[in-house]
Amino acid sequence: MQSNLPDTPLANPTAPRWWLWIVDRIAAIPGRAWAVMLILLVMPLVANDFFLFQIFGWSFILGIVALSLMFLAGYGGMVSLIQMSVAGLAGYMVALFGESGTAISLGLPWWFVIPLAIAIATLFGSLVGLLAVRTEGIYTIMITLAMASAFYYFTRQNYTIFNGYTGFNLVLPPALFGVDWRQPVAFYYLTLVVAGLCHLLVTYVSRAPFGLALQGVRDNPRRMAALGFNVTAHRVAAYAFASVLASIGGILLVWQNAQIAPGTAGIHATFDILIIAVIGGLSRPSGPFLGAFLFVLLATFAPDVLRAIGASGERYKMLIGAIFLIVVFVSPDGLLGLWERWKARMVRDDMMRGGGGVDR
Amino acid sequence: MSETLSDQTAGATSGTASANALELTGVSKLFGALAALSEIDLAIKPGERRAVLGSNGAGKTTLFNCITGDFLPSSGRIRMFGEDVTRFPAQERIRRGLRRTYQISLLFNGLTVRDNVYLACRGVSRGRYSFLRPRADDSLMHASEELIAAVHLTDLIDTPVAVLAYGQQRQLEIALALAGAPRLILFDEPAAGLSPTERRELVEILTGLPGHIGYVIIEHDMDVALRVAERVTMMHNGRIFKEGLPEEIENDPEVQALYLGDGHE
Repeated sequence: MQSNLPDTPLANPTAPRWWLWIVDRIAAIPGRAWAVMLILLVMPLVANDFFLFQIFGWSFILGIVALSLMFLAGYGGMVSLIQMSVAGLAGYMVALFGESGTAISLGLPWWFVIPLAIAIATLFGSLVGLLAVRTEGIYTIMITLAMASAFYYFTRQNYTIFNGYTGFNLVLPPALFGVDWRQPVAFYYLTLVVAGLCHLLVTYVSRAPFGLALQGVRDNPRRMAALGFNVTAHRVAAYAFASVLASIGGILLVWQNAQIAPGTAGIHATFDILIIAVIGGLSRPSGPFLGAFLFVLLATFAPDVLRAIGASGERYKMLIGAIFLIVVFVSPDGLLGLWERWKARMVRDDMMRGGGGVDR
Repeated sequence: MSETLSDQTAGATSGTASANALELTGVSKLFGALAALSEIDLAIKPGERRAVLGSNGAGKTTLFNCITGDFLPSSGRIRMFGEDVTRFPAQERIRRGLRRTYQISLLFNGLTVRDNVYLACRGVSRGRYSFLRPRADDSLMHASEELIAAVHLTDLIDTPVAVLAYGQQRQLEIALALAGAPRLILFDEPAAGLSPTERRELVEILTGLPGHIGYVIIEHDMDVALRVAERVTMMHNGRIFKEGLPEEIENDPEVQALYLGDGHE
């Protein structure tokens, strides 16, 4: 019988290796991820501009910065509070070297400014890492918090680089391909694609030798040295990698706000990133994005909710704090942990009912 | 980083052929006022199999920690294959062909059996910082699978280490120590807590090692120790007390009075 099926690349032995690899990868993506991707891609058809720009755009950006913390804490066992400062520094560097409404900006071209900003912020993050990796547990938190505070006060007091209190305004993304990237739909897709790539990158690296060895360092640093690894160097390299992610988030953040000031990377923002990562869950790269989405929803709508029930809108931080407490109390691994447990229960119930396998 | 240098040494390029695999001269280790090791002189020839005996607190594990580089000795020199490694960090010694296992299993509990062994193989080769995932035909992945088969853990290859039984964790410890091209392995009580069957398997693995791989084994079980060692060193209170052939040590009246007489399980 003649087959009407077209030649699939999988069945085509002459297809190049890289193509087979890509097809393989795509086939390996689970159905759930396809569904999430599809929903996010068609979101602009249903969501209004406010949602696209303020809710999703901001969630993706905070998610990227929190992802850098998830990488360090989840895979490396290092809870670093410097990630928001690294993001802030990258944002400041974009404003300083690129164009802004402030006189001290140098107005250099974007293709030079963006790599330069990432490089400077990564250097800063790696230097902090160099100090922090010699400590463990609570001392890592303390030393990175001290650095984050120092960075915040420095940006407030320094006028030659950071322009003090006022910071920089009118920091706009380059009008690449003639697109205004701050238009809600364009900004939505910009942040979605960058966040998606960062998520993919972290997922991929977590199973590469660098990421595996980092998890080895987390579980047992002494044994890692006894296997030939340089534990200190590996940890510093992890800080460098996380700094690249954080600075990408920082650049998107300065574009979204069109301005940057000391408060952008202040102490509150530092803790927000920690809260996002913990609420979302530190075990997988999707956690920080879940956490960021919940955080942004709360930060945006909590005042309205409070006012609706007759309370004062200014107390919205209390609501965020309460929900943070509940999530951590109910599930040690944040929203990811809740999801995993719900899945496990579904499987169990299915088996109780005598259903054979679980439909994925 | 000195990786390019150390990666070459797997094939015995450094040191002279006549050099001892391990040579300790006057090694002491003080913890405050306590001398855990005093004036240890020890020489292990390439390929030699040595057992270290001694009661608890004799300094056996401290000796291993000094050789591995977990502690720096308070005084004395350590040479490996003719090279002075006294001040080298642990990973540099490992890259020169030293391996060790731990008395209490030190494994990566969050990772699978395969990933544990893969890390051990990766640690002594290039690409420790590689961002590229191993491909299906990766030679180190292949080597890892062979090591896992050698310690009879193939059925559990994708199981997280945290759920392995005690004896299986001990076997995995040994697989980690055999990764790469070891030249001298330190086994710290590998038989502790194993069943008689598992002990027999352990002895088979140890005696079946290629002749150029030497090892030093700390072992309380005399049956195991005397079967797998060519020479025996007896330690007592941080000092070397006796050294000789297994029969000599076993029949030595002083050793019997000190060790075999009391507290021998």
